[in-house]
Amino acid sequence: MAIKNVVALKTIVIKEVLRFSRIWVQTILPPAITMTLYFVIFGKLIGSQISKMDGFEYIEYIVPGLILMSVITNSYANVVSSFFSAKFQGHIEEMLVSPTPGYIILLGFITGGLCRGLAVGSVVMLVSFFFVDFRVHSVLVTIFVLLLTSILFSLAGFINAIYAKSFDDISIVPSFVLTPLIYLGGVFYSVNMLSEFWQAVSLANPILYMVNAFRFGLLGVSDIDLTLALSMVFAFTVALFGFCLYLLNKGVGIRA
Amino acid sequence: MNALLIENLQKTYKNGHVALKGISLTVKKGDFFALLGPNGAGKSTTIGIICSLVNKTSGKVFVFDTDIDVDFQTAKSRIGLVPQEFNFSVFEPVEEILINQAGFYGINRTEARKRAEYYLKKLELWDKRRTIPKELSGGMKRRLMIARALVHEPELLILDEPTAGVDIELRRTMWQFLRDINQQGVTIILTTHYLEEAEMLCKKIAIIDEGNIIEDTTMKNLLNKLNKETFVLTVEGSLEHLPATGDYTLRCVDESTLEAEIIKGQSLNALFDILSSQNIKVLSMRNKTNRLEELYVNLITNSSNKSSVLT
Repeated sequence: MAIKNVVALKTIVIKEVLRFSRIWVQTILPPAITMTLYFVIFGKLIGSQISKMDGFEYIEYIVPGLILMSVITNSYANVVSSFFSAKFQGHIEEMLVSPTPGYIILLGFITGGLCRGLAVGSVVMLVSFFFVDFRVHSVLVTIFVLLLTSILFSLAGFINAIYAKSFDDISIVPSFVLTPLIYLGGVFYSVNMLSEFWQAVSLANPILYMVNAFRFGLLGVSDIDLTLALSMVFAFTVALFGFCLYLLNKGVGIRA
Repeated sequence: MNALLIENLQKTYKNGHVALKGISLTVKKGDFFALLGPNGAGKSTTIGIICSLVNKTSGKVFVFDTDIDVDFQTAKSRIGLVPQEFNFSVFEPVEEILINQAGFYGINRTEARKRAEYYLKKLELWDKRRTIPKELSGGMKRRLMIARALVHEPELLILDEPTAGVDIELRRTMWQFLRDINQQGVTIILTTHYLEEAEMLCKKIAIIDEGNIIEDTTMKNLLNKLNKETFVLTVEGSLEHLPATGDYTLRCVDESTLEAEIIKGQSLNALFDILSSQNIKVLSMRNKTNRLEELYVNLITNSSNKSSVLT
């Protein structure tokens, strides 16, 4: 049965990767263009007027946040749109009637989200090389944070898709929750610039921990203690995985 | 051996609708079994529970003696489902749909490709293997659903209205195909609104109405319950008046068409003799309605009357 599960997982991953690859003009290209604009406008034009942050030029300082922002939004978008479409078109039944266990289905969709997140993240990183010249401070931390963040937001997208009943429902969370959290998660600034009150409020934002841990991985600077940041991201990921599995096995949103 | 055993299966949906009121059913291995009933009777709910698309409220389901509550993975690996509605991914070409479906059952891609080719050729879809489903005709989509359900070579095939909206020529081709795979040992459960289809294909039949099984027998036994049949006779020339036929009830449809009610025990030959003695020559004869249809309507009407009396 274990080999069959591996084949089933491979099938879901191939299906997911082919899905976003076929429509690369909608999935890979737009984030690359958007991030190029961010680098040009916020990095070069406006950033040149801003003093150094933690010893780095402003454009260097925002690169980790921008890469992570594209990973977060694309991992989330991939899973939420793919799983909701499967529900909406009914072809989720292909998996549900098969002997594929719930955790394999979940791992398949997460891996799909991870692949898209990393694909877009890599493209954005390549784009950033045209604007900044930096060396990775810690490859291990960088990769670890990148993977965990992508998995975490794939799981979040999965939960959104499970509860969504219409296409509106899958755009509400990204627009009204995810985007504000990303922008207030220290992508464009250091939380040390904020008053004590807003610094305390910012600590409730999980994205702050990811951005800072990733910034540490790339630049070696962080507003948050690295161990705390990594522990928080890891804890969130484990909790969401458990919750997703519970929803899937219970059949919430997919079984009558 | 039972391919399917259902014991006291109940389903109440969240909105309070009771879809199944404790049905029990047995389908033997190798059967071609018809599950009939009007819309909303509980057919699709039953199928949904067997295939893990609907959560049951209570009761037991065994697939080839495997309890779905104990080992649903093994049970599911032996079932193939052709659902009522088209449910393909809009992005995937025909061949890929089959390869992926095989993959969900743990069949590696090399073997899946071979099987996809075999079933696509068998169902005359090989030329369309690179086409996406929305570009297929209704009949092709139906055949694709059957190919998809067969690609992992299930021992129990469940078809939920597989010929709905399919033209008669294709329907006949599909009937022959289903007969062939049944003869190869695949147990088939069929739901359909075309009663002649059920009569022609199935040896066993269950009728479900308002969440209860109201009949569960062989097709032969069920048809034996028919007390009267109505035949339409076309006669030569024009009839000036309704012929006198004694115990036989005749109705005149038009000047050359008669309807004859034949009660169990009456002989058609005797009726022809009476007509012949009055110089009425019968050119052709056919059943007014399908025999199963007559029985089915009676059963459903009786069942509805009973429940309306009870309520």
